Amino acid sequence: MVSDTKGILYKTAPLKLWNKARELRVNHYKEIQEAPEKGRLLVGGSVQAYPSLIAGFGDFAHLGGEAYGATIATDPDFALKCAEAVEARGYARDLCSYMRMYWGSMFLDRYPFGGKFPHPNLLLHLHFCDTHGKWYQVVSDYLGIPCKVIEFPTGGWGQREDLKVEYLSTQFNDAVEWMEKTLGRKSDDELMIESMKTEFMSQSLWGEIALLNQAIPAPLDHKTMPTLHVLGVLMRHKKECADFYKDLLEEVRERVAQKIAVVPTERLRLLHDGQPPWTFLEIFRYLEKFGAAVVGSHYLFYLGGTLWEREDGVLERRKTPQELGIPMRNREEALKVYAQWILYKNMWSRAICLPSEERSDQVLKLVRQWRCDGVVIHLNRGCENMSYGCMENKLALNEAGVPTMTYEGNQADARELDTSQIINRVDAFMESFGLSKLEK
Amino acid sequence: MAVAVKSGGAVKQFGAIRQNRHEYAKEWKKRTGGKVLGYFCTYVPEELIEAAGVLPVRIMGSHEPEDVTEPHIYKMYCPFCRDCLAQGLKGRYDYLDGVMIAHSCTHIRQAYASWTIHLPTSFQYYFSMPAKVQTPLAKPFLTSEMKAFKAALEKWTGQKISDDKIDKAIGVYNTNRRLMREIYDLRKSATPPISGMESMEMVVAGQMMDKKEHNKLLEQALTELKKKTGGNEPSSRLIIIGSEDDDTEFLDMVESLGASVVVDDHCTGSRYFWNEVVPKDNRLEALAERYLTRPACPQKDWEERTRWPHIEKLCDDWKVQGALLIQQKFCDPHEFDIPYLNKKLQEKNIPSLFLEFDVLVPVGQFRTRVEAFLEMIQQASLEF
Repeated sequence: MVSDTKGILYKTAPLKLWNKARELRVNHYKEIQEAPEKGRLLVGGSVQAYPSLIAGFGDFAHLGGEAYGATIATDPDFALKCAEAVEARGYARDLCSYMRMYWGSMFLDRYPFGGKFPHPNLLLHLHFCDTHGKWYQVVSDYLGIPCKVIEFPTGGWGQREDLKVEYLSTQFNDAVEWMEKTLGRKSDDELMIESMKTEFMSQSLWGEIALLNQAIPAPLDHKTMPTLHVLGVLMRHKKECADFYKDLLEEVRERVAQKIAVVPTERLRLLHDGQPPWTFLEIFRYLEKFGAAVVGSHYLFYLGGTLWEREDGVLERRKTPQELGIPMRNREEALKVYAQWILYKNMWSRAICLPSEERSDQVLKLVRQWRCDGVVIHLNRGCENMSYGCMENKLALNEAGVPTMTYEGNQADARELDTSQIINRVDAFMESFGLSKLEK
Repeated sequence: MAVAVKSGGAVKQFGAIRQNRHEYAKEWKKRTGGKVLGYFCTYVPEELIEAAGVLPVRIMGSHEPEDVTEPHIYKMYCPFCRDCLAQGLKGRYDYLDGVMIAHSCTHIRQAYASWTIHLPTSFQYYFSMPAKVQTPLAKPFLTSEMKAFKAALEKWTGQKISDDKIDKAIGVYNTNRRLMREIYDLRKSATPPISGMESMEMVVAGQMMDKKEHNKLLEQALTELKKKTGGNEPSSRLIIIGSEDDDTEFLDMVESLGASVVVDDHCTGSRYFWNEVVPKDNRLEALAERYLTRPACPQKDWEERTRWPHIEKLCDDWKVQGALLIQQKFCDPHEFDIPYLNKKLQEKNIPSLFLEFDVLVPVGQFRTRVEAFLEMIQQASLEF
């Protein structure tokens, strides 16, 4: 795959749907800003926290913490103020940086898009890492708003799954009943079920789009994918997200058929392990100077989407419950199906719940199936959860003959990211492949 | 200057067992022919392990500098988890027949994960202890987990675990907890007969030895301590709150300055043994209830904050004058709670000193800070 040929190898073209993706995201954050003054229900919590459970209560806006933190990170001045506001209150600097950005915005009462921090009416949240339950405990205390946290059962991947489905689905039911009591109205189960079906579809579609990146040349890369995957993170329960992904799937299929590359000089394919460093996305543009395309990541594939692993270990599109004819006729059935979908789908299932060995195995599968020459590992000081297993990943990849490069950074706190050091490492990594820059 | 009185007899033996934990376990194996199961995290249901005739030993560090874990555990993870893994990689736990963990913090899970990859044993078990201990829905889930764990132990040992065996094990553990509570109660006295360091060694020894043998030592220790007279009133009565902490050198230093650590809230202390199992017909459910309602690790203390009411009561009952907030470097769960606890302690006029711990503690520098802290407490008590 590593070619001696220099220069342009493939044609390239911008994504037709790029502006649409940005527009959807901008509208999402505008809706959050306007929700309080319009009297619209605003719910806070993790971006992964089960929007379909809320959908049964009708129209709502959702302030998902992690993506919000990432958004703030892209504004260095505001991000620094947020971090300092949190530290001034005695919180440690090594805590989750998504959370510190969120908290900072809350303590400063400032919204990155202008105006005050929008107060949610309630918090529906999920707990899967050490941070999450505590994150919203502080938010609930500070804003004086009710909070319900659902625990995502971890550990023992593939074992005692029926117990986990039961635990998760009963918590879902408990959360719906809690919202009914808190909001003073009943959930419309039909609306909830419809929303679940849309969620499944959106996630399945993003997974299918991710699969297309196995193509050479890759139609998408790690600089373009965040803007596209984030819709599945923020609004996967909405029809506009599923519709967008349907359209995007067609466009990306076309790009594959026409061999339209996102990096026209693609001569090296890399996987990225861990969150992108939101304060230094230029790293991916820098890699392109060498003709290196970062074609995938665990994080971007699984946060907004899902994939299915066949018996032979190959990852393929995951069919939705509605495609498989799994009934969701009432609340009880629907919540169980929802729990099963989420337990399998998820990035955490594959990052946190998996034993370290299996997590390394998953990364290796991505490397092989997406035809990668190496892996760039972000040793992320801002997320201990995603850093879980990262060193063992490195060992396992090296043992399997896959070259790796690590860089220490922080997903959202620019103070912990030394850009010149990272550039030096990239230079050395590229040199190890015998590659020099194609452009200055 | 009054110095915390050191005890003799049985109390001294706790320290000896802690120092020689590996020799103890190897000798126990030889003596009984039984298996030894290493565990990470005190949410592991040891009663079931005891009922299976297996010796549970908590895997802990040795407080020595090491360089063997860097390829396995990211540097941002706490020193304790790295110290634990280092012991395994250095072969100090080569006598273990199995390892297990109860779902706990990310860092210790990484130590367990790396252990199972590089030091595999015939029995490796991930016990899914819920993090959401406050929901009633956790009880049926945890009870089912207990059932599955029991079945796994039976398969491993080839022995059935009867209700009778579980009852006996619960009896042993409840006795153990009761005896330690009784000894802790003695520290409410104006002249505590046992120091904070000795109390920590007592608890930590219990995490490393056969509970029946630990009970014998505890009974002996209780008798000795109740007879003890002529003790000194400490200059300050302190509570230690925080992460895993078995740094006896630090505690010894604090108490050499005239203070006494009269009570604690950490998992090498009271959190380990505070509440008993309330027996019921459904033994596994009884066990689940005990582990769900024990004083919570901050990793599990949400949505409501249950730690502060418990800590406040400890401070009241043990007449605490100052608090040492100990946190293992990078320990997220405790980093979340410390600002809140600091605020509540302040509201209660209990001064606090925050100290960040690593594998090795800078005792000299900490001494200076602790001295100043104790002067502050003594000054405040004079003003009152």
